[in-house]
Amino acid sequence: MSSADTTEAPAGELERDDAREAVVERFRSELGDAVVGAHVRPGHAVWVRVDRGAWREAARFARDGLHCAFFDFLSAIDWLPSPFGRDMDSQEDRIAAGDTDGSPAEPTAIVAGAAGGDTRFQLLARVYAPTTGTAVILKADVPDDDLSIDSWVPVYAGANWHERETWEMFGIDFVGHPGLTHIYLPGQFEGHPLRKDFPLLARRVKPWPGIVDVEPMPGGAGEGEGGEE
Amino acid sequence: MSQLASGAAVLAAFDPPYWLETAIKALVVAVLIPTTALILGIVFLFKVMSWMQSRLGPQEAGPRGLLQLLADGGKFLQKEDIIPASADRFVFKAAPFVVLASTFLTYVVIPASMNLVVEDLDVGIFYVFAVSSLSVIGVLMAGWASANKYSLVGGLRAAGQLIAYELPMILAVVGVVIQAGTLNLNGIVVAQNSGEILGWGGIGLPFILTQFIGFGIFLAAVQAELTQTPFDMPVAESEIVSGYQVEYSGFRFLTFFLGEFATAFAFAAIAAVLFLGGWAVPWLEADSDWYWVLGPVVLFAKIMLVSFLIFWLRFTYPRLREDQLQTFAWKFLIPLSLVNILATGVLKVVL
Amino acid sequence: MTAITDREKLAYVAARAADGRINIELETEGMTINLGPQHPATHGTLRIVARLDGEQIVSAEPICGYMHRGYEKLAEVRTYPQVTTLINRIDWLGSFANEVPFILAAEELMGIEAPPRAQWIRTILFELSRIANISLFLGDLGIQLGGLTVGFYAFRDREYVLNQIEAATGGRFHPNFDRIGGLKDDLPKGWIAETHKAMEKVRRFCDEVEDLLIGNEIFQTRTRGIGVIPGHVGLSYGLSGANIRASGVDWDLRRDSCPRGLVYDEVDWKVWTHPDGDSFARSWVRLQEVREASKIVDQLLDTIPGGPIMAKVPRIIKVPEGEAYVATENPLGEMGYYVVSKGDLVPFRVKIRSASFNNVSIIPWVARGLYVPDLVTVLASLYFILGDIDR
Repeated sequence: MSSADTTEAPAGELERDDAREAVVERFRSELGDAVVGAHVRPGHAVWVRVDRGAWREAARFARDGLHCAFFDFLSAIDWLPSPFGRDMDSQEDRIAAGDTDGSPAEPTAIVAGAAGGDTRFQLLARVYAPTTGTAVILKADVPDDDLSIDSWVPVYAGANWHERETWEMFGIDFVGHPGLTHIYLPGQFEGHPLRKDFPLLARRVKPWPGIVDVEPMPGGAGEGEGGEE
Repeated sequence: MSQLASGAAVLAAFDPPYWLETAIKALVVAVLIPTTALILGIVFLFKVMSWMQSRLGPQEAGPRGLLQLLADGGKFLQKEDIIPASADRFVFKAAPFVVLASTFLTYVVIPASMNLVVEDLDVGIFYVFAVSSLSVIGVLMAGWASANKYSLVGGLRAAGQLIAYELPMILAVVGVVIQAGTLNLNGIVVAQNSGEILGWGGIGLPFILTQFIGFGIFLAAVQAELTQTPFDMPVAESEIVSGYQVEYSGFRFLTFFLGEFATAFAFAAIAAVLFLGGWAVPWLEADSDWYWVLGPVVLFAKIMLVSFLIFWLRFTYPRLREDQLQTFAWKFLIPLSLVNILATGVLKVVL
Repeated sequence: MTAITDREKLAYVAARAADGRINIELETEGMTINLGPQHPATHGTLRIVARLDGEQIVSAEPICGYMHRGYEKLAEVRTYPQVTTLINRIDWLGSFANEVPFILAAEELMGIEAPPRAQWIRTILFELSRIANISLFLGDLGIQLGGLTVGFYAFRDREYVLNQIEAATGGRFHPNFDRIGGLKDDLPKGWIAETHKAMEKVRRFCDEVEDLLIGNEIFQTRTRGIGVIPGHVGLSYGLSGANIRASGVDWDLRRDSCPRGLVYDEVDWKVWTHPDGDSFARSWVRLQEVREASKIVDQLLDTIPGGPIMAKVPRIIKVPEGEAYVATENPLGEMGYYVVSKGDLVPFRVKIRSASFNNVSIIPWVARGLYVPDLVTVLASLYFILGDIDR
């Protein structure tokens, strides 16, 4: 019943998705320059990236202008490639790729995803309108030196717990939140676990035993290649 | 028959000194309480409950799990006696025995036959209700002395509930008393036995036929007095985890447990006596000698029937919230029982 | 089903006001109690710190995290099939249902669609896990409110459904059966007929529950008007699933934004809502959902197409770069996975949107002014699984 499912060609990458494009247009017309990036995957989703200062404004517009009354989730993405890689598992990656050199892989630069991004931390939130079927995924960049952003709690009451979790896991401060306290981790926990430079201790302490099971793939090079379709 | 008569004559002639008689009676009651609690517990709590919930229940202890309660009793007895550090020791220890004492006193007047009664008081029913109220004090003592918020809440709930349901229980029985014309329990049995329905004396006049409202109210009130579902807020297991009993372990908890089942037995016996005709069978005169043997058997059967009803309700219904429980008692049961008394009184005079 | 009358609403409000007046007059210090973390009423290790005034709750705050396993971090070092093993355990009663949104998100990024037979069977297993999950909810309702018998009946009748899930997937609770591109195996012989029989038993169970519990006067007294959540408040907190449908919001992800990969549009079924928004409404809606799910399964079983069970996917799965969010109507509510992929064997970031996290966040709002037994009723009717809250 989603109004955005217009033309339905299988694996349609090329046709336009008018309803979702219209959502982007409405954001642009409401927020103007604050919309710094957008991306539409036809038939699936729409991303709108806004300026940090317009984060709460965007939420308010989504709720009142687009009737997105349903608060789905709010979280963050840390775009830094993990300096630890997959530890023991990265060796499996390279065996699978046919590279048995044994030298450690070089770290890659920060590359953001849908709707672009300039900073390491990016806020991610999704809201939905049950009446019209409109769903918007909102993003906002947060600069490294000032990890704070407006809280969504005045707009969506459910953001309370989500922001607590994001603060706990990433260290992003939410201005205007009634009380940022730990929600999952014990009170004296130090560090922000979901950051990429926070190591997954289980993998550092004990090597993953599965490494011994990896055997080279039967057949030719085609099997070892990635999953492009 | 003649042997029975001669046996009865011998027993009637047996006239021990007062202290011996009292001692024997006290001993009988003391033995009776755990026995009846055991029987009720095993039959209803384990077997019938399991059958209703489509499961087997305990199977290990004894043949088909029948000795489970004995095993449980043994387990409780050998546990460490734990008293919370901040508890009031004397009150804590005394509370279960106050509750048990009230049960003990109730057994004193239950008649198993015309002469098989510890003490055939003339104020039978009145006495029963007087002593059953003692358990409220025991519950309050337990709740307060446990030095635990949950027990306190449970104890207060229980006290409120027990007091609230005393009234409907008593008022329900007033109708029976009016119809029987006596407070004496044996007298009530005789009245039912020798009564007539519109001139036909075939089955006597078990008061359940005319006092069905009273029976219903009495059962509901008994359910509440025993803090059984649907009135088991004080021991609501999924909320405040056993309420006023939560700090009791080992043999103190066993005392509460036994007390609960023994009280159930006692109240079922009272219900059987008041409404179902007690130890008498309608086609046999009340002063027959058969009742030396038959009386207890008949009474036991009727008690099992009433207990089945009590426990059946317990396993089926969800529990009422405390204020809904009180509303039910004060705004529904009491007016209904007053109407019952009115109707009984009028009909007694008219008919 | 009748809605609460205005008179009843007025009476409820008046009673609360009268209570409030008495409370002010007999001002006593409030008591703080802890419900949990070990407590029969909370379905797992949830701790609720409640400040009481007499028996009324002034404030209640749930404290979760006793079961936090760090799934989002763990998923960053696991390949996609390995992540499937992990996420089985989020909502442990809804076995198969946890895997589906993640697999669908990966398939969306890869541009693969599972063959029709796999889609059918996926949907069937999805609905079976819904039945298993919500049957336990119905039994648990009884247990929380004191009618233990219903709980036992629920466990007994759930076994039929779990047997079917086990016969198909090999696991009752953690099937780990979904694969990117299809399913692990085909159905065993005779499964379809057996499942039809199991659905019969489920419908009989629903009738029993309706008799024994939902229709019971005491149950209705305990749940009608308790814990009313208006629709817009629920939506702003992110309440989903039966909870929000019981507040009158006609929204079901299976009908409204069904992801490619599940076949609800091939079946004739109905979305149940209830206008009241109280605990009774939530219980009632879930009961109807179980019935509806059994009908969906019956229809799907009759129309399973033949064909392969797995699309052509490479042996080692590298999902192309991109981000995708797929949410499905899980038994607990809306469960979604936001998968960020960098073209690796492993996901770059997985954000797990679990239904119970939002469902429980509304407790501070709902609990104000409730009695303690009512809080238990509300918790039971909101229905959360600790694994779902804590991930």
